[in-house]
Amino acid sequence: MNLNQIRQVILEILARIVPDEDLSELQDKVPFRDQMELDSMDFLDIVMELRKLYRIQIPEEDYEQLTSMSSTVGYLTPLLKDVSSPV
Amino acid sequence: MSYDTVIIGAGLSGLAAGIRLAYFGKSVCVLERHTTIGGLNSFYRLRNRNHDVGLHAVTNYAAPGTKSGAMSKLLRQLRLRWDDFSLCPQRESAIVFPGHTLRFRNNFELLQQQIVDQFPRQADNFQRLLACVDAQDERTLERKPISAREVVGDCISDPLLVEMLFCPLMFYGSATPRDMDFTQFAIMFKSIFYEGFGRPLEGIRLILKKLVRKFKSLGGELWLRSGVRSIQREHNRATAVVLDDGRVVDAQNILSSAGSVETMRLCRSDSSVVQPQPGEISFIETIFSLDRQPAELGHHETIVFYNDSPDFHYENPREPADVRSGIICTPNNFEYETPLDEGCIRITALANPDYWLNLPDDEYVAQKKIWRERIVRSAVRYIPDFRHCTLDVDMFTPRTIKKFTGHLNGCVYGAPHKFVNGRTHLDNLYLCGTDQGFLGIVGAMLSGISIANAYLLR
Repeated sequence: MNLNQIRQVILEILARIVPDEDLSELQDKVPFRDQMELDSMDFLDIVMELRKLYRIQIPEEDYEQLTSMSSTVGYLTPLLKDVSSPV
Repeated sequence: MSYDTVIIGAGLSGLAAGIRLAYFGKSVCVLERHTTIGGLNSFYRLRNRNHDVGLHAVTNYAAPGTKSGAMSKLLRQLRLRWDDFSLCPQRESAIVFPGHTLRFRNNFELLQQQIVDQFPRQADNFQRLLACVDAQDERTLERKPISAREVVGDCISDPLLVEMLFCPLMFYGSATPRDMDFTQFAIMFKSIFYEGFGRPLEGIRLILKKLVRKFKSLGGELWLRSGVRSIQREHNRATAVVLDDGRVVDAQNILSSAGSVETMRLCRSDSSVVQPQPGEISFIETIFSLDRQPAELGHHETIVFYNDSPDFHYENPREPADVRSGIICTPNNFEYETPLDEGCIRITALANPDYWLNLPDDEYVAQKKIWRERIVRSAVRYIPDFRHCTLDVDMFTPRTIKKFTGHLNGCVYGAPHKFVNGRTHLDNLYLCGTDQGFLGIVGAMLSGISIANAYLLR
C-alpha cells in the first residue's frame, strides 16, 4: 500500500471507532487526541482493528508513535508496503 | 474444540463482553442457564403484557451524537448506533423527604438550583462536593476504598441534604448498606444527576435483542438452557466448564457474570481460597398495569424516590419489607414519540431476603399481597392514588430474583466486596457484571467491555 491508501485505511478505522466525529477536516500533523474525543480505550481499538485487518502486531512500546495521522502512516508504511490495498 | 473464552451468563455484561471478543475474531461461547437472555435485567410476558424484570431507567442519558460520556463510549465500543438503543429522555424525577422535595431532570441545572433554593447555606458546600465527584475516575479498574459518607459529610453540613443525595444513588446501585464507596458514589452521581435517565419505548427487550443479534452476527455462540455446574481447573488455571447436563466445554479463558460467590462455588476450591460474603440488599417490587396514562391522574414524574423520615435506612430491613422508603417508577413518563399502550407504575421497596427465601410455599402468595398493600399505601402519599385504575398486578421478591438469575439472596446489586479489576484466584478466570462493580444497565455493559478489553483481547 502507498501512503494515501494507508491514510484511507486509518480514516476508515477511525470512522468505525468514532463515528460521530467529523473526519473531513482532519489535520495530519496534529495529534488525534487534540482534534477529537479519543481516549485510551479508543486508541487500543485502532491497534486492534489494524491487527484484525492486517494481522500486524504493534508492541505496546510503539503506541506513542501513533499519535497523529502523519506519524501513524509513517509507522505503518514499512509494515504494510507489501499488503494490497482494500480498495 | 476449546473456545478462546467461555462466558457464563447471557445478561448485559456477558453479551457486551461477547460482542467485543467476537468482533476481534475470538471464539466465544456464552452459556446461559435460563431459557432466555437478560439475567438481572431480563424481560418477560405475562397475561399478554410485556414487562421488564429490572429496568426502571437507563442512566447516563446523552443526546444522540454526543461525543463523550459513558453512553457514547459504550456505543462506540460495541460498534452500535444511537438509534440501536432509541433512548427517550425522562420528564422529571424527584427525591421526596419530609419537608423537602428535590427535583431533577437530565439537565443538571435544575438540581443545582433546587439545592440553592432549599438549602441556601449549602450552596458552596455543594460545589465542593461536585469538585470531589469530578476528580474521581470512574473507569479505573483499581479502586481504593473510601467511605462516601465521610467525603460527602466533609463537604455538606446539612444531614438531611446528605440523606437526600444518597437516596437515589443507593437505590440505583449500592450493594452495601448505609454507606458506599466514594468512587461508586461518584459514578452514580454522574450517571443520574449529571447525565440522567432514558428509556427505549420497547423497554430492555430492544437493547437485549440488539446485543444478541450483533453478537451472533459476529460469530458468537449463545447456548440457552445451559447452566454451568462447575469449573474445572489444573493448578492455577481453569480449563473447562461442566454443564448441568454433564457436557464439558473447554476454554482458554472463562469470564463469569454469575456473581463472585456464585462463581467461587462453581470452582469447588479448597478451603485456602477465601469465600466472599454474599450480599444482603434486595428488593420487592410490584408492577401495576393501568387502564389509563398516569398523566391523566396528574402524575407526571418519571421516578420518585421517597423516604418518610429524615434518615434514610438503606439496609436489610428487620421486617419483610421496609415501607418507609421506596421508588415509584412510571415507564410512561418519558418523552416518547408515541405513548405506551397502557399505564404502568412500578413500586419498589427494600426487602429482607431471608424472610422471602424461606417462606413456606403456601404462605408466599398471601404474604406478597399483604406487603404489596402496605407498600402501596405508603407510596400513594407521594403520587396520586392510581389503585382504582389497576388492570393487572405482578410482583417479584428476592425469591423470584434468586430463582431466575441464580444470584444469591436475590441481590440485584450483588455482593458487597467488588472485584473491580475482575481478577480471581485463577489466572484465566475473570468476573464481570454486578460483582465486578459497574452497576446498572450501562454499567453492566461497560463492565463486560472493560474486562474483555483488559485481559481477553491481548
